[in-house]
Amino acid sequence: MMETVQEREQRQLNRKPRIATASLAGCFGCHMSVLDLDERILELAELVEFDRSPIDDLKDFTGPVDIGLIEGGCCNEENVRVLREFRKHCRILVSLGDCATMGGVPALRNTLSLQECFREAYCDGPTVYNPTGLIPNDPEIPLLLDRVYPCHEVVRVDYHLPGCPPSAESIWQTLTALLNNRPLDLPYELIKYD
Amino acid sequence: MQNDTVTFVIDQKEVRARRGQTILEAAEQAGVYIPRLCHLKGLTPHGSCRVCTVRVNGRYQAACTYPVADDLVVENDTEELRTLRRDLLEMLLVEGNHFCMFCEKSGHCELQALAYRHSIAAPKYPHLWPRREVDASHPDVLLDRNRCVLCGRCVRVSRDVDGKNVFGFVGRGPHRHLGVNSRRGLGGSDLSADDQAVTVCPVGCLLRKRTAFQVPVGQRRFDRQPIGAEVGAGAGSPQPSESPMQ
Repeated sequence: MMETVQEREQRQLNRKPRIATASLAGCFGCHMSVLDLDERILELAELVEFDRSPIDDLKDFTGPVDIGLIEGGCCNEENVRVLREFRKHCRILVSLGDCATMGGVPALRNTLSLQECFREAYCDGPTVYNPTGLIPNDPEIPLLLDRVYPCHEVVRVDYHLPGCPPSAESIWQTLTALLNNRPLDLPYELIKYD
Repeated sequence: MQNDTVTFVIDQKEVRARRGQTILEAAEQAGVYIPRLCHLKGLTPHGSCRVCTVRVNGRYQAACTYPVADDLVVENDTEELRTLRRDLLEMLLVEGNHFCMFCEKSGHCELQALAYRHSIAAPKYPHLWPRREVDASHPDVLLDRNRCVLCGRCVRVSRDVDGKNVFGFVGRGPHRHLGVNSRRGLGGSDLSADDQAVTVCPVGCLLRKRTAFQVPVGQRRFDRQPIGAEVGAGAGSPQPSESPMQ
């Protein structure tokens, strides 16, 4: 039986808010911090539906999403593509953690040229064995950017949550504030860059 | 005889001060915190970081160098000055290579603490990622110029307190950096690990080796209390209206 217009509207009203997450140039530590919510993760599962995310292994968006959490900055063209998709699909985009907000540890290479990085990684590094001296150049490998960019230098970002990783408590308070349309007002102890 | 006390107004509060004091000193005595980075009690004021900028009778002045006088009207904790200081701090953060996540000084760092106090979630300016030299030649002290904010504290303390003149500034503009009084680097200088110059660095540029990460997270200097909390309310305490994350 087809649903009526009223039924469809009611279903959309009842639908849970949707969350998407991604790890770009990050270490998955921020995702671990989400799991660090412990038993509150059950509460979160009650509150929201997970869309594209490594947590449910969905690789593509199923539709518009309310909140997108981005871990990691952009170090290659693949990161940029994913980030732009997130911006397109997410009503609110949150930079999660130091890599997303300022580049983080991957940005250590930003003081060096790309050429120097490649030479160190594939030719001159103390543990490298590469007699041909070739630097991987397969079209399957995403091209590296000239440096690592924080997310807000690539797309518009609505909120920044620093930390390496941000504590589970700060992620919880951020999500619940955004889901309940409350202003984000984290206490002093929760804003940390480490 | 000239009267030794002066009365001036800071943030609508009338304050009595000793003639010859700076605005920063007098305000601190009266329980009004003015954020500062390059200034340190007991040292000749440097006036270089401009984080302590206030408005004196409407004009921008560095509170650490400006002497008190009768009838001064000083603005300190205003939205305009908080924004100005936040911008200065963000510029300092993007000008060097500050990786708080693995820095030994994290939790004790005054630049980080000032950024926390001013609710900086991420600097809005693009990072410069300059190439800076690390000097690990000294057996007991590490010099990492990536974190230097050119406050000049080590320069002043080494000269005025330690009497050794180990440090000095070299170059101009964006090339200005911390120089060491020896061709062989820090290891060839007179610096010893007990020198005051090593302890006054507000950031993680000068560090005593083998002392890192001794205080657990949660008990570090700025983990629970914002910088300046011991002085009083003052400027930069997060305002309920300013969402820190946006």
